[in-house]
Formats: sequence, C-alpha cells, structure tokens
Amino acid sequence: MKLTLKVWRQKNNADQGKFVSYPVEGISKDMSFLEMMDVLNEQLTEKGEDPVHFDHDCREGICGMCSMYIDGKPHGPQQTTTCQLHMRSFNDGETITIEPWRAKAFPVVKDLVVDRSSFDRIIQAGGYVSVNTGGVPDANEIPIPKKIADEAFDAATCIGCGACVAACKNASAMLFTSAKISQLSMLPQGQVERKERAEKMIAQMDAEGFGACTNTGACAAECPKGISLTNIARMNREYFSAVVSSENV
Amino acid sequence: MSWVTKTLSSTLGRKLIMGLTGLFLILFLTGHVSGNLLLFNDDDGQAFNIYAKFMTTNPAVKILSYLTYISIIGHVVWSIWLTRQNKAARPVGYAESKASTNSTWSSRNMGILGTIILIFLVVHLQGFWYEMHWGNVPTVTYEGEEYKDLFSIVTFAFQNELLVAGYVIAMGFLGFHLSHGFASAFQTLGLSHKKYSPAIETVGKIYCVVVPALFASMPLYIYFTS
Repeated sequence: MKLTLKVWRQKNNADQGKFVSYPVEGISKDMSFLEMMDVLNEQLTEKGEDPVHFDHDCREGICGMCSMYIDGKPHGPQQTTTCQLHMRSFNDGETITIEPWRAKAFPVVKDLVVDRSSFDRIIQAGGYVSVNTGGVPDANEIPIPKKIADEAFDAATCIGCGACVAACKNASAMLFTSAKISQLSMLPQGQVERKERAEKMIAQMDAEGFGACTNTGACAAECPKGISLTNIARMNREYFSAVVSSENV
Repeated sequence: MSWVTKTLSSTLGRKLIMGLTGLFLILFLTGHVSGNLLLFNDDDGQAFNIYAKFMTTNPAVKILSYLTYISIIGHVVWSIWLTRQNKAARPVGYAESKASTNSTWSSRNMGILGTIILIFLVVHLQGFWYEMHWGNVPTVTYEGEEYKDLFSIVTFAFQNELLVAGYVIAMGFLGFHLSHGFASAFQTLGLSHKKYSPAIETVGKIYCVVVPALFASMPLYIYFTS
C-alpha cells in the first residue's frame, strides 16, 4: 500500500504546531496502525529527521496507552484501540489525517503524545478501596452475585485511554469517571468510601477542566472497550445521593 | 461555598439544573398545547378566551407560571454557563472530525437549537403574552361577564403568512431540541433502567413529533380557515 500521512507535528506544548504530509510506501494490509507508524519513523530516522512521537505500550489493546485521532475519529475507523487497528481498514493511495487527542485537560507534550495524568489524578482522588494489610483473605469470604460481578467488571474494563474525552464534543471525562466510580460502587468492598469517592472524583474531574455531558453518546460509540452510557447515569445517581446524604458539609 | 452551591456549580449539578428545568418545561409544553387546542373550537374563540382568562387570573396557575418563568431563565442561564465550560474544555479543535458517525445532529447542536427557540420565544411572548397582560386587547362579553378577546389577537396575527411560516419553522427546531432533550433529561437525573429507558426513549420520539406538530397546526389552521 502507498499512503499519504497528514500528521500533526508539534515540538512541545508551547509550540503552535502544524500538519506535515509524509508519503509512505510498502505498507502491508496486515500491519497494525502502529507498525505503519514505525515504518514512517524508520524512513524519517534514515533521512535524519525527527521521528513522529506517539504513545504506545502493550500493543495488545489492554493498556490504554495508544491514542491518535485518525481520520476524524479516536483510534480511527474501527471501534478498537489504535494498536489493534489494521491497515486493511484503509485503502491504497488514501490520505490519512492523524491528530493528537484535543482537550484542555490533555495538553500536547510532543506531536501526537498528550499528557493524560489528569485521569491519574481523578483516580487518586477516590478511585480505590482501602484494605487493611494482613493475611490473604479467603477468595469466597465476600459473596458477590454473578450479575453484579459481571456489571462491575464491564465498567472495570475501561483502560483509561481517553478516547471518550477525544470523541466528546465537550471534551468531557464523564464516561471514564463514571466507569471508575461504577466498578467500585457496585461491589461490597467499595461501600466504605462510596459517597466520598463520588464527591471527590467528580470534584477532581471538574478541577482538571473537562467539559460537561450533553448525552450525545459519542464516547460510548467510540470506546474501544464498549463502556456503556448507563455508567454515566449511575455516576449521576451516586453523586446526587452522595451530596444529599454524606456528612461533608 | 455551602454544599448546596458547590453541588449546583459542579458539572453534574449544572446538568441537574438543565434536566429539571427541561423536564418542567416539557410539562409546561404539554399543558400549553392541550389548552391551545381550544383554538380549534368552532365558537369564535369563546372557550379559548374563557380559558385565557383562567390562565392569567387563577392563583394556582400563577404559581405554575412563575415556575415556568424561572425554568426558562434557569434553562437559558445554565446552558450558557455549561456551553462556556464546554468550549473552554477544548481550546484547539480537530482539523477533521466525523462526529456524525457517533452521535445525532440534534444532540450536538442543542445550544444552537435552544438559541433559535429562545428568539422565537421572545417574539411569541411579545406578540401574545405581553399583549394579554399589558396590551390593548378588545373585550367580549359572554353571559354577562367581560373577557379579553385574545382570540381576535391570535386570529389577526396569523393572517400574516410570514409569521405563520416563522411559527411552523420554529416548531421544527423545537422538535429537534426535544428529540434529544426528552430522554437526555432522564439520563442526566440518573434515571436509566433496562425496563424503563426504552419506554422513555419511545415516548420522547413520539412527543418531539406530536407536540410541535400540534403547535404548528394552530397558525396553519387559522391562516387557512379565516
């Protein structure tokens, strides 16, 4: 395959940035999108140019590190992670536009790399359960109905890639935050900090400068893990019931 | 800040205001369209005028009307507040975006639709609501009691084809606004359930067509019959 890549290049956060077009050849349809980017970077390195910086890690679709807004959609035309996107989703001779995630809370570090530590700070605000140290607890000590376990697990499959924020017209982090609140609020272990968690995580989400939810559903439609909008409704319930009943004045 | 102001100024709190005021305005629209069906009565507006007097003098209706004014203002002010927050959340936009593949046009343009409805509302209130309250409305007498003849104002206004066209188009925008807003309000309040959400969505889809269509039929009916 022969392709033209229109890639966003930006030296650092202070730089204005611009699109640069690169022709690439010899791309196999079986390559992943990241492997295609590797081919481009090898070409650039051989020419002595600065390779395109992009985030990646496991390349198995489970770490949430890869990003890229490809041809107007987060992670490209398929509902998957960029590492699991294959070049067979594109046509020979096509021009592909590649941009970084765009959000105030995700500042561009360089080229296609954005700083997603705002997500980490939301988790730090309350996305955990406190467990006393001691002996290993028995696996079946706390019975959890299969249905609840499944639902909590569905929410827990969120890999925190930020596609929801990238897809949302308001750059809202509601789907991410709601998945993280949901996975713990449904389980018995999450009950102790349940109210505090909802209040603190949402306060942190606001402090990071994410937008509000218009319920367009773009986040869920683009989420590589299929996190559903019901989590956002659950988060709203969790938050409203927390603020009226918690003792945090 | 107290916990109340903190909650209401949080992103979810702001959305809560939007949802609650939106749902109240949906209730208002239901009442408004039902009452206005009296315009179709073949009685030279007698029933409509009696109804209009009731709606402007009854104390219980007064309370509801103040709630409606508060809801309209709240819905507008909070939407401006939210829109500003949303715009600030993405200072640099995308060069290419395929938003139409993941969301409906109405859901992405609630602000624009709302602004058009607000402009319509100003014209609408000035033409009828202001006239009824403080304007020079001729009076009619039914069974010895004097009534303001709002019916004559309405029928006169809808002789103007431009106004009729404007009303019909505005109702189209209202329909699109409701097509997303109806179900969205329930989701915002956290009311999402496997059993009830599909029903809410269906009712919303019917509501967003039927209510604006009924409203639009009124100026059309008056224009073509009188």
